[in-house]
Amino acid sequence: MPLASFQTSVPVVVDDAKCIADKGCTVCVDVCPLDVLRISEMTNKAYMAYDECWYCMPCEADCPTGAVTVNIPYLLR
Amino acid sequence: MALDQIVDGLSEVSCDVLVIGGGTAGPMAALKAKLKNPKANVVLLEKANVKRSGAISMGMDGLNNAVIPGYATPEQYTKEITIANDGIVDQKAVYKYAQNCYKIIEELDSFGIRFLKNENGDYAVKKVHHIGTYVLPMPNGETVKKALYRQLRRARILISNRYMATRLLKSADGRIAGAVSVNTRTAEMLVIKAKAVILCMGAAGRLGLPTSGYMFGTYENAANSGDGYAMAYHAGAALANLECFQINPLIKDYNGPACAYVAGPFGAYTANNEGSRFIECDYWSGQMMLEFYNELLSGKGPVFLQLKHLHPDTISEIESTLHKVERPTRGLFQQGRGVDYRSESIEMHISEIGFCSGHSASGVFVDDNARTTVPGLYAAGDMASVPHNYMLGAFTNGSVAGVDAMEFADSHDFAEFDAADVALERDRVMAPTKREDGIPPNQIEYKTRRLVNDYLQPPKVTRKYELGMRRLAEAREDMQEHMIARNAHELLRALEVQSIMDCADMAAHASLYREESRWGLYHWRTDFPEKDNENWFCHTLLSKQNGRMTSEKRAVEPYVVPIADDEKDLYDKQRIRASA
Repeated sequence: MPLASFQTSVPVVVDDAKCIADKGCTVCVDVCPLDVLRISEMTNKAYMAYDECWYCMPCEADCPTGAVTVNIPYLLR
Repeated sequence: MALDQIVDGLSEVSCDVLVIGGGTAGPMAALKAKLKNPKANVVLLEKANVKRSGAISMGMDGLNNAVIPGYATPEQYTKEITIANDGIVDQKAVYKYAQNCYKIIEELDSFGIRFLKNENGDYAVKKVHHIGTYVLPMPNGETVKKALYRQLRRARILISNRYMATRLLKSADGRIAGAVSVNTRTAEMLVIKAKAVILCMGAAGRLGLPTSGYMFGTYENAANSGDGYAMAYHAGAALANLECFQINPLIKDYNGPACAYVAGPFGAYTANNEGSRFIECDYWSGQMMLEFYNELLSGKGPVFLQLKHLHPDTISEIESTLHKVERPTRGLFQQGRGVDYRSESIEMHISEIGFCSGHSASGVFVDDNARTTVPGLYAAGDMASVPHNYMLGAFTNGSVAGVDAMEFADSHDFAEFDAADVALERDRVMAPTKREDGIPPNQIEYKTRRLVNDYLQPPKVTRKYELGMRRLAEAREDMQEHMIARNAHELLRALEVQSIMDCADMAAHASLYREESRWGLYHWRTDFPEKDNENWFCHTLLSKQNGRMTSEKRAVEPYVVPIADDEKDLYDKQRIRASA
């Protein structure tokens, strides 16, 4: 059976202007318990690649530049 | 090369003691094993990153079960937990915990974790349980993981992050020989030979589906998909009392604790829609959860955590804890809903089901040395059967496991496993990556967990269970024959679904076996509504025998601390009686 992609509004938002992933930082990707953050090959900035979030906060708390914001996932807001 | 791209590879390493799971029990087990024999190799394997993994990813607000001289005695604590767990307790392990935990508190203190003290310099312990006083706040509780990590680095523990263990390896004579694991970002496989293995892989928290419908909005850290339970099962270890589900009272929709253990000692309490108390004690027991459930359905629901009667300064103090540690997004959630604790009560609900001995009693069966029924295999923390043991239990029993496992490793050589077992496991792990077409893991997981909610969550009805098991068997066939994973991350989820499916089967099997009701809501069987001490005052042990899931009774060990007849049902009287 063919697969369709499924649109979701993701809870973790990264401010590209503050994110220093393009300078080699991977802190948020490293600490995420669910491993849902990645560095974009297009922008070289961090982003939420998988909507599998426990809204737990290490990515936001450990980001050295304050670029990451964790929101409550829409379904339980 | 980009993350998540699948790499075909298999390598092998060896160590003396392998600790699987770097949350709470695991780091302590690894540290104690290494301190026991500094020359030995200790590997700590973690599916996420030890810096931020597990239930205490963002720290913890306090100790829920501290047995501190002058406030509580090991005898009193053992008695309390025995009664709270309806008598089905091997007291030796609980008693040992109660004797050892103060030493661990002092050790955590030496790591830089602070505990609340009063003006005299004594620990400021609070009362939440029915009988005794064991709750000790941690003013800098958000630093727990950092403090642990420093100790691991100092002791030169070898940490391997982003490796998911999938199966244990054993020798022909049944001794532990190591584990198979897979890198969660490349799908490369790693075999780790070990003389002893300690499982510290947390609760089975992704078993039921949260009512929000968001699969990862679970009570437990959503990475805790029950992999440890599944691995222990497939290795032939016995699992105890799995029918004693974990079900907790949580902030509705947010699905995290509100948290009565933090707010209760300040005067907060659980109330119905009339603002009245209906339970005697906010300690999380099955009996308390049954009254909570009854109230929700009675017309007097919703159920609330009531804070607004407290002084604004007190509320601010509670708020600063709730919004800083354990689940700090609680503040964001309440803000989004416009809820201010000063003017509005917190709407509560009950969680999805799971396995977790940290709060109930469902875990891999261990004795007072954290030994499972497989020689050389240990378990500690939320996944081991010592009941109601919370974070301090994970630290204390992890410590016991680390020392005993290193003694075992020091007196044994490597056990030999069959290379064919590794080849078979490699085929099983990689199967979803070999299919061109099929069903993605998220759909199989959603369906499995939806079936768990529809058929397995209490009240437990035999007819529903029989239907549920048929539906689960169909989903299992889809999983085994048709599940696809297109990258390493999807493979991680595909492997987790297999753990979840195993846990669902075990939950159903164990629940049908115990033909009585016990532990309040946790095991409420409508076909057997009464507690039956004559036939069921025993543990149930589930294990894989000749490839089949089997349950058997096991006698409760004679008590170390006697319980008087008039104390046995103290936790049964949770509902507040209307005064005459």
